[in-house]
Amino acid sequence: MADAIIDKASSGTQEPVSSSAMRRQMLKEFWFYFSENRGAVIGLFVFLLLVLVAVFAPLIAPHSPFEQYRDAVLVPPIWTEDGRAGYLLGTDPVGRDILSRLIYGAQYSLFIGVFVTTLSLTGGILVGLIAGYYRGWIDTVIMRLMDIILAFPSLLLALVLVAILGPSLTNGMIAIALTLQPHFVRLTRAAVMAEKTRDYVTAARLAGAGPLRLMFRTILPNCTAPLIVQATLSFSNAILDAAALGFLGMGAQPPAPEWGTMLAEAREFILRAWWVVTFPGLAILITVLAINLMGDGLRDALDPKLKRS
Amino acid sequence: MNDTLTDNTMLEVRDIKRDYELPGSLFKPKKIIHAVKGVSFKLERGKTLAIVGESGCGKSTLARMLTFIDEPTSGDLLIDGQKVDTRPGHLTQEMRQKVQIVFQNPYGSLNPRQKIGDVLGEPLAINTSMPAGERRDRATEMLKKVGLGPEHYNRYPHMFSGGQRQRIAIARALMMNPKLLVLDEPVSALDLSVQAQVLNLLADLQDEFGLTYVFISHDLSVVRYIADEVMVMYFGEAVEYGTRDEVFSDPKHEYTRTLFAATPRADIESIRARIAKKKAATAA
Amino acid sequence: MALLQIDNLTVEFETATGWFKAVDGVSLSVEKGEVLAIVGESGSGKSVAMLAVMGLLPWTAKITADRMLFEGRDIQGISPADRRKLIGKDIAMIFQEPIASLNPCFTVGFQIEEVLRIHLGLDKKARRARAIELFKQVGLPNPEERLNHFPHQMSGGQCQRVMIAIAIACNPKLLIADEPTTALDVTIQKQILDLIMSLQAKNGMGLIMITHDMGVVAETADRVVVQYKGRKMEEADVLSLFESPKSNYTKALLAALPENATGDRLTTVSAFFDGNPEPAPEARA
Repeated sequence: MADAIIDKASSGTQEPVSSSAMRRQMLKEFWFYFSENRGAVIGLFVFLLLVLVAVFAPLIAPHSPFEQYRDAVLVPPIWTEDGRAGYLLGTDPVGRDILSRLIYGAQYSLFIGVFVTTLSLTGGILVGLIAGYYRGWIDTVIMRLMDIILAFPSLLLALVLVAILGPSLTNGMIAIALTLQPHFVRLTRAAVMAEKTRDYVTAARLAGAGPLRLMFRTILPNCTAPLIVQATLSFSNAILDAAALGFLGMGAQPPAPEWGTMLAEAREFILRAWWVVTFPGLAILITVLAINLMGDGLRDALDPKLKRS
Repeated sequence: MNDTLTDNTMLEVRDIKRDYELPGSLFKPKKIIHAVKGVSFKLERGKTLAIVGESGCGKSTLARMLTFIDEPTSGDLLIDGQKVDTRPGHLTQEMRQKVQIVFQNPYGSLNPRQKIGDVLGEPLAINTSMPAGERRDRATEMLKKVGLGPEHYNRYPHMFSGGQRQRIAIARALMMNPKLLVLDEPVSALDLSVQAQVLNLLADLQDEFGLTYVFISHDLSVVRYIADEVMVMYFGEAVEYGTRDEVFSDPKHEYTRTLFAATPRADIESIRARIAKKKAATAA
Repeated sequence: MALLQIDNLTVEFETATGWFKAVDGVSLSVEKGEVLAIVGESGSGKSVAMLAVMGLLPWTAKITADRMLFEGRDIQGISPADRRKLIGKDIAMIFQEPIASLNPCFTVGFQIEEVLRIHLGLDKKARRARAIELFKQVGLPNPEERLNHFPHQMSGGQCQRVMIAIAIACNPKLLIADEPTTALDVTIQKQILDLIMSLQAKNGMGLIMITHDMGVVAETADRVVVQYKGRKMEEADVLSLFESPKSNYTKALLAALPENATGDRLTTVSAFFDGNPEPAPEARA
């Protein structure tokens, strides 16, 4: 057989390529496209910093988040005139160190993000796969149900659910997961419908693959790119919504150092002590911004890749 | 077995039809489109039938019926002398393994998230209880047969050129030792130099495995090279059917003649004639 | 003076693995009324070179050339405003995917009249009349009615006729056709090629035909440039190219044509050509 010269040229080495080498190369390529977006890289580093802070909170935090220093109530940050050494970002109305509370709050925020995203992602993918694969009346029923959920303002729906289930962080997270889920359902369904018509799915069906194999092994891995991007955006959304629920007194309950709850507790001191509201607010802002920037970069890195292959 | 010895027919199609229903709406009545309007042919073992036609003539629908992707509206399909029950769910595994397809677009027919080794091993993993090691050996062997090497086993489709991907698609089709291969425009997305390599590969494989080909194409020069028999389709009907030499030397139907006349000619005499004509036109 | 002259054009793109030369030191020229075919396989840089001339490449591309002249005028350092005046008027282009090249939101009449308004400044009535005339020229039946159609209401061949009408609307001096018939059926291809060639002969345009199909080259070209991996492998008039190709790559391409098959296997490229894009010494001249 006359061999392909072009084929030879592009195959390069005759050594079998190991799986790990392959993975390394793909990671390298991914990093190239991700790092082209400078905002995304900054977002990634801020996010990694946040993870480190959350993991090592007991080591980093100068004080306990719950201990009330009666002699140091409403101390302003250290760089102001009345600032006191030891309370870097000042203290709150009952004398707790704000920096320590923010550091421990990172644990809450990350936990909320991970929990809510996992819950809505798995639920959304399952339901979306079924809707997109089977179509017909199943699809109609599922999509109308999702439309109804989407028709409510998400925070309002979460509030109603919390009101029914009772105010606690867990219930708040479940409620938020439920309101975020329709986005995953729609995305998955659209991606599944697009992929289902492609030849490789037909080829797998001709090879004798059953519906479960087609759905999870053949189609789903090709729908991951938009889902990953949506998951990062949901992560920040969840943090934001949880903070809002906390602020309304329906999420994490005091004295938990959750950022939204901290804001709520400090509400009445807004005019007298700016630092008690500013720093939790900034923490939320920076975290959400960082994750959103990261999501942008992920989209840039993952989307064209799918189109190329 | 006696049956197969006396009768050398691999594939027989009797008056096969396929209608599509366009669902009507409030203002439009339901519309039925006849994609294939009663096509019959017989194909001998080890031979190649080329089905030629332009877009929308029903040749791809026919290919999909031959490979059981679509169910015929009516008509019979006989493979290896056995009548095929094409109703969904009634197809036997044995029958499904006898017929395989290679698609036109090598960029869409391979799962972008599946390693080449897994692409080739998948039919075996689904249909047999072969251990993973043996599957790997079979896949590697097949890769070599189609002109690739064991070093390609762990790679992903996007790392391959169009021609290499088409080789992989052919290898996948051959994994279950089929007898009939339906090739739906297998080279029309490929460059000229790669096209020649893939056509040669197909010829080699046909000799080695005794495969029967149904070759769908719109390119007459490729058809002339590869086919034993030719069928020309036009608006769902077979307007011309015969051996290659019959069809090319003496086309009966008006449409076949139009098709031949429209095919660009790259031989020196016709270039000379064209240039002479152009010179005459500018001089006048 | 050549209509279009390009000397030593190089186009590079940055990729994950470094700079990639899509076009590598290509020189070519077209005379008035001449048909030049640029033939090559995918990845040969044949389209990229022409897109660079038109200024249609994304900003990430690095374009360098010793000279790029259109009618003796430099078009390399030309301002975007001047370029817009030139393109679509004196240089026009038609693309491979006729349906995708038309804006699906507007009628084809609107799209052709837009060109007439911007480049020629005709008033409404004159535009309409000229549009109808153009549609007649490209052989679209019922031109008055056709103008109100949307692209999705037409077939691929009809859309390509509309694209050609738009391209020749301002009587361009140079028409660049990038694989104009690749997406079309053979019988439609024949009609479209005949149309392009008759318009070219009538208007005396320079025509650059970019294609991968040797048959199309044989049916249209006066002169041929063969490209491979961004480099020019050979330049010759059409007859000598087919009769006595000089470069090994051209020889290989011609041998790979199924109609030139001898015996029961096709000759593959490797029989003549080692995959090295360096042109053979005799082809450099």
